[in-house]
Amino acid sequence: MTALLTVENLKTYFRTYRGLVKAVDGVSLHINEREIIGLVGESGCGKSVSMLSILQLIPTPPGEIVGGKVMFSGQDLLQYKANGERMSSIRGAKIAMIFQEPMTSLNPVLTIGRQLTESLEVHLNMEPHTASEKAVELLRLVGIPDAKNRLDAYPHQFSGGMRQRVMIAIALSCNPAILIADEPTTAVDVTTQAQLLELMQDMVTKTSTALVIVTHNLGIVARYAERIYVMYSGRIIESGLADDIFLNPRHPYTIGLLKCVPQLGETREEKKLVPIKGLPPNLINMPNNCAFLPRCDYSQERCRREPWPPLTLLEGQHYVACFADIQEKP
Amino acid sequence: MNQEQNQNVIEILNLKMYFPITRGLLQRRVGEIKAVDDVSFQIRKNETLGLVGESGCGKTTIGRTILRLYKPTSGKIIFDGTDISGMKEDRIRPLRSQVGAIFQDPYGSLNPRQTARTIVGMPLIVHDLVKKKNFNEKVEELFRLVGLDPSMMDRVPHEFSGGQRQRIGIARALACQPNLIICDEPVSALDVSIQAQIINLLENLQVQLGLTYLFIAHDLSVVQHISNRVAVMYLGRIIEITNSRELYSNPLHPYTKALLSAVPVPNPVIERKRMRVVLKGEVPSPADPPMGCHFHPRCNLATSECREANPTLRDVGNGHEVACFKV
Repeated sequence: MTALLTVENLKTYFRTYRGLVKAVDGVSLHINEREIIGLVGESGCGKSVSMLSILQLIPTPPGEIVGGKVMFSGQDLLQYKANGERMSSIRGAKIAMIFQEPMTSLNPVLTIGRQLTESLEVHLNMEPHTASEKAVELLRLVGIPDAKNRLDAYPHQFSGGMRQRVMIAIALSCNPAILIADEPTTAVDVTTQAQLLELMQDMVTKTSTALVIVTHNLGIVARYAERIYVMYSGRIIESGLADDIFLNPRHPYTIGLLKCVPQLGETREEKKLVPIKGLPPNLINMPNNCAFLPRCDYSQERCRREPWPPLTLLEGQHYVACFADIQEKP
Repeated sequence: MNQEQNQNVIEILNLKMYFPITRGLLQRRVGEIKAVDDVSFQIRKNETLGLVGESGCGKTTIGRTILRLYKPTSGKIIFDGTDISGMKEDRIRPLRSQVGAIFQDPYGSLNPRQTARTIVGMPLIVHDLVKKKNFNEKVEELFRLVGLDPSMMDRVPHEFSGGQRQRIGIARALACQPNLIICDEPVSALDVSIQAQIINLLENLQVQLGLTYLFIAHDLSVVQHISNRVAVMYLGRIIEITNSRELYSNPLHPYTKALLSAVPVPNPVIERKRMRVVLKGEVPSPADPPMGCHFHPRCNLATSECREANPTLRDVGNGHEVACFKV
């Protein structure tokens, strides 16, 4: 299977007055056709920035994509101008994105209908009349009742879950090859979260779209993702199939994460949580060696001496970036 | 926890908290939001009662009403043998030292201009619980108790991380040695690796000091982990209450079942085997809740009975109570 999109050694840095922040520091990943991928990590680990970099949505300055390649259908997207025509023909059309906060990502002064038809008219050159017919169909597909009359509604008249449904409709309107969902359900309740994720899974399966779910919730990736990337401090520290990551994790951070989240069905008598000691690192002026070192239980002399270990293949599709060979069940 | 098991720290009886909806210049009352609608439960000594539900179900209002930040519309809050529901402010004040509170937002709940020493020590001064010469010593002790270095006492909140701030909030809640601590979403704003630190701290303090918690949160896995018993709320009412083991292994109310199945488990093998119940529709507005059982428009078991009458909690054995006609 050939990869639909390949990111090679992507580096996005932010120059702040307090120092250089390497938000994304050498991320490589690929997305295959029709695949559901999970990108997990805690806040500030660079998961959103790496996805925004793919679409060149990084505010410059202070941010800057300083290196790497984003290969999509034979072309390097980073060679395109961020606000140029060629990038615009990909952004939203071939690669679509859904953001965390559905209130701020929809324009409050435009009707839902206008926001849906805009991308159809721009990317697919549809006539306004056909576009609004298509918009009704899309709203119906994402489960909005009375779709025809809802076209004239404004975002504030919709609940959080409904707004996110509209976002999904907009994102899928041009039949993209890849849909990136950046924390799509963080702002909604758990039953709404289940509705939205089931909807997304259904829609991408129907339209053969590849889906990237960016989240901090390990449960969501375990339920939906086939392949998972775990990020820490701007780098991918472990990747592999869902079973590799959850049943046979090999990086101390992944192991730590799995041991510190409470799992439904386990009370405190049955499983004591083991927190990861210390704090997530401050990304300003980071040293060059492994960023997890100060919190790691398996650190060796080598980790202090040498720069960050590269991602190495263990078996199959399971990669890990750690010098220590750890075999520990979470 | 054997002999003391039957000793209730707090007992809530038919608590109702309605907020008026007003309109116009004269603040004409046009309706009311039944945030808490006829809720009863009790918390035993040394126990953690979890309160879960989605946003707007009234779980935070219950916590705030117990703290008497609101005056309840009706019902009783029996704390330490006395009903505090209608008490006047000057009589409640001394009682406040016996109920601690930990809030969600570790940024908003600490005064940014006070030092950590003042924040943690303030309850001691307000309730006149410590002599001036012992003040520093006592605050130091509280700092150590929650795993903070006493040398950081003179820092202000922005110099602490989110997890450390939450520890300051816990130290403040513990200052007066309260009989009950209301934890309102204490870990929701924290990163997962920090969440576990705070959950463990709360659990250890409970064992060490014999504390009683009302643990309010929307994250079912966290609530189930920390609680002995869990109450599930929907639109102002408790619809199921049982011990946390039973809640997972034998949920009875259709809403509880849907809620549990909506929470993904971080294990792909378990996930593949799980049944997924996806609820239709959304939570109705609490200003205009459906007649009868509030859940009936979204319930697939609903019959005409459910539309007309409101089911009350009934015991189905082992202290497992559920409010549904169909189970």
